[in-house]
Amino acid sequence: MNWISNYVRPKINSLFSRRDTPENLWTKCPECGSMLFHRELADNLNVCTNCDHHMAITPRKRFEALFDGGIFSEVKVPDPITDPLHFRDQKKYPDRMKSAQKSTGEKEAMLVAEGEIGRTPVVAAGQDFSFMGGSMGMYVGNAIVAAAERAVKLKRPLILFSAAGGARMQEGILSLMQMPRTTVAVEMLREANLPYIVVLTHPTTGGVTASYAMLGDVQIAEPNALICFAGPRVIEQTIREKLPEGFQRAEYLLDHGMLDRVTHRKKLREELITILRMMMKLPPAVAGDLPKPAEEDAAAKAK
Amino acid sequence: MTTYLEFEKPLAEIEGKAEELRVLARQNSEMDVEKEAAALDKKAAQLLNDLYKDLTPWRKCQVARHPNRPHCKDYIDALFTEFTPLAGDRNFADDHAVMGGLARFNDQPVVVIGHEKGHDTASRIERNFGMARPEGYRKAVRLMDMADRFGLPVVSLIDTPGAYPGKGAEERGQSEAIARSTQKCLQIGVPLVSIIIGEGGSGGAVAFATGDRVAMLEHSVYSVISPEGCASILWKDAEKMREAAEALRLTAQDLKKLEVIDRIIKEPVGGAQRDRKGTVAAVGEAIATMLKELNGKSRKDLVAARRKKFLAMGSKGLGA
Repeated sequence: MNWISNYVRPKINSLFSRRDTPENLWTKCPECGSMLFHRELADNLNVCTNCDHHMAITPRKRFEALFDGGIFSEVKVPDPITDPLHFRDQKKYPDRMKSAQKSTGEKEAMLVAEGEIGRTPVVAAGQDFSFMGGSMGMYVGNAIVAAAERAVKLKRPLILFSAAGGARMQEGILSLMQMPRTTVAVEMLREANLPYIVVLTHPTTGGVTASYAMLGDVQIAEPNALICFAGPRVIEQTIREKLPEGFQRAEYLLDHGMLDRVTHRKKLREELITILRMMMKLPPAVAGDLPKPAEEDAAAKAK
Repeated sequence: MTTYLEFEKPLAEIEGKAEELRVLARQNSEMDVEKEAAALDKKAAQLLNDLYKDLTPWRKCQVARHPNRPHCKDYIDALFTEFTPLAGDRNFADDHAVMGGLARFNDQPVVVIGHEKGHDTASRIERNFGMARPEGYRKAVRLMDMADRFGLPVVSLIDTPGAYPGKGAEERGQSEAIARSTQKCLQIGVPLVSIIIGEGGSGGAVAFATGDRVAMLEHSVYSVISPEGCASILWKDAEKMREAAEALRLTAQDLKKLEVIDRIIKEPVGGAQRDRKGTVAAVGEAIATMLKELNGKSRKDLVAARRKKFLAMGSKGLGA
């Protein structure tokens, strides 16, 4: 009715609500507690600038940093049947999917892309832990099969970044069947004599480790990543003893002969280029700035 | 002595009563109880029939885990001749949860591999309740390799709650061992027939069950996770295992519909534990049929068909 309620109050409200927004500009490192500015953290590939803790990174962000000039084109993944078992726990499976899609802006838990890294043509697949724990269901199976088929077709190596709690329970037996199914994909690469490099990121557990994620020609892990079949809690409950420090972490697996390398995320790209170029019998990578990516890649991106 | 499952309690009561009557009659010859006892028997038979006609998924889990169900060793003893166990992974140890070796099936030399759970406390501990460690899967890989080299078909019998979640097992690469075993299943150029005889527990089962033909006993289960495990994760309450068993679609009947398995082997009324001999014989017939179907196929065709089969997994849902 008067200017106080019509003008002043909304003005005050908007002033206060505006003050709430900057919150997500800062991320707290879960390991050392440092407050990290979002731009700085992103530039450092989500690795804490203080303690080197490797936080989760989405496949899209990873690929932007991985591929030359951040240019890649997505490999199409066939859509599986939605909710094949009509699964329902406390929530319906399609509802869980929808909320995961909404919160991540992604369609499913794996992104497949092709492009060049250090002028080396590759196909890459990245699992997205933020999407229902990266869990392996039909779609992830389809993605890995599509990635392998594409790699074979283009005669390119496949790099796979794993991150998953395990199989997607909501797809029951069909998620379990992705273990042999993705193993067939690995077999295709093997037969075509193409390098298959697995980069295990935190966490990679359960049925995912017991299939495609442990079958790489070269197995690299990011520092301190949890990599296991049975989780530490399950083991503690079974054997009723405390597990040693660092158990099932990347460095522990390296010590036990289960990995080839543990590599810092910032050094990963260079290392992948070096390894792949040797495996593909290509000359060493050119040091320094690279020329602009080829026209066709830019065209593929534009598509 | 029959071990009754929880849902069989009413049956236990009736059968107990009939038994009591007969004991009484034996002590007191003037009593004629046969008519009454026979009526109770009939009632029990009817009840057994009703109970097993339409088992809920959770009840099937219980039947699949029944201690008196025939286990791997029972099948090998009854169906195979000249069974010669071969031990060890040539790397670390011999895993007693996995048995395997050369044997003859209807005179045909084969390699047989399976999970063995054990039948009493001592053997269960020795067999680690059928929960294999990496050595078990690596032994299986070794045996499958041998079968491949000498052109012997492989028969695998699956009965495991899952791979063993232990410290040593993890340190020695449980997941890698399972992955390699599955991979070996997909590589061998000889027929591989798999039968889920009890519990098909997750990755530990897949490692041997990636076969050209996969059959399941009528009341066996095959699942990505145990109902208890699923309930504690998704329902945050391990007591919701009935609901979880329902949702997971782990029964032979659902898996057949989903085309994850090729055939269901019928069990006697009241489950495998009530007629072990009959069950073993039925499994024997199924193995013979499945081996016959694969007979004469070339290495290349076998591998290609197996790959195609597993690539197609999941292309079929349960429908609307």
